[in-house]
Amino acid sequence: MSSTIDRDLALHLEALRKQKGDTVKVEEVGDVVRSLLASLSGDVSAGDLKLYGEVQALAAYIHNAKVEIAALRPQDIQHEYIASATDELDAIVGATENATNSILDAAEKLDSLSSDMTPDVGQKLTEQITLIYEACNFQDITGQRITKVVRALKHIEERIDALVLAFGPEVATSAPGTSKPDETAPLTDQDLLNGPQLPDQAHDQASIDALFDNI
Amino acid sequence: MAVDKNMHVLIVDDYKTMLRIIRNLLRQLGFVNIDEATDGSMALQMMRGGNYGLVISDWNMEPMTGLQLLREVRGDAKLKNTPFIMVTAESKSENVIAAKEAGVSNYIVKPFNAETLQAKMVSVLGEF
Repeated sequence: MSSTIDRDLALHLEALRKQKGDTVKVEEVGDVVRSLLASLSGDVSAGDLKLYGEVQALAAYIHNAKVEIAALRPQDIQHEYIASATDELDAIVGATENATNSILDAAEKLDSLSSDMTPDVGQKLTEQITLIYEACNFQDITGQRITKVVRALKHIEERIDALVLAFGPEVATSAPGTSKPDETAPLTDQDLLNGPQLPDQAHDQASIDALFDNI
Repeated sequence: MAVDKNMHVLIVDDYKTMLRIIRNLLRQLGFVNIDEATDGSMALQMMRGGNYGLVISDWNMEPMTGLQLLREVRGDAKLKNTPFIMVTAESKSENVIAAKEAGVSNYIVKPFNAETLQAKMVSVLGEF
């Protein structure tokens, strides 16, 4: 009996191979398992039934995982949240660098004045300027830390890419019940809490004034 | 022997603000001939064309890191005795060990203060 099942199974597997090739996408695993189970007929042992049951449970598990991953909207995470976080972090680096340079400009001007003062006052001024120089170290450190975070985000982005590829295109798109916010709906107070805008997207004071005067 | 404060010092860092900070601190210590490079390969080129009495270099730079620069310097017959201080945020033990094995003269962890910079320079160059 077992050899009959083996032969039937081999024939069915060959038919599946012709139909789908040697590589089956994760999303198609459930179909393959169901098809195999449907093809089995006749006497099977209790052990076989247990095994088939477990394979079926595995297929259901994969299907559920797919639905849950789709509900996470991986492409939104990838294209909206991660991209936005990376831009914000780049903006932090740029802003702290500009601020540090402004502080250093002022400190250097003060430093150059110290020779015009009495030695005692000049020395005291120099000591304070040294403290400013030391404090400006932070820009380098924060820059390096932020670079590490950006790298981590890029790594997550690559993993999501791989996940979307493995589970098929429908995972990447909107899942039922997780539609995007309606952009035509009236703004709530929460919608207005966006924090600072990125420099290339922000209005300058002149455009704010123009907008303000036109409302 | 007294340290010649007119000697040429090369500072290497890919953060322009950091170059500026170190340059200003060195000026306050009385050093006047300070050159800058933004990565190891640029520094190496400048060292081969110049005569530097001290190199103060960051580690994490591209394309050539501070450690690679240090190895190049120590492997170059003309440059191998140049005092070389690493100033870096890399503070793991393995980093310090690797730098020491490559022949670094001293090691400063960022963020640092003027007192530390001076103390390490004294330990490498002697009192000034």
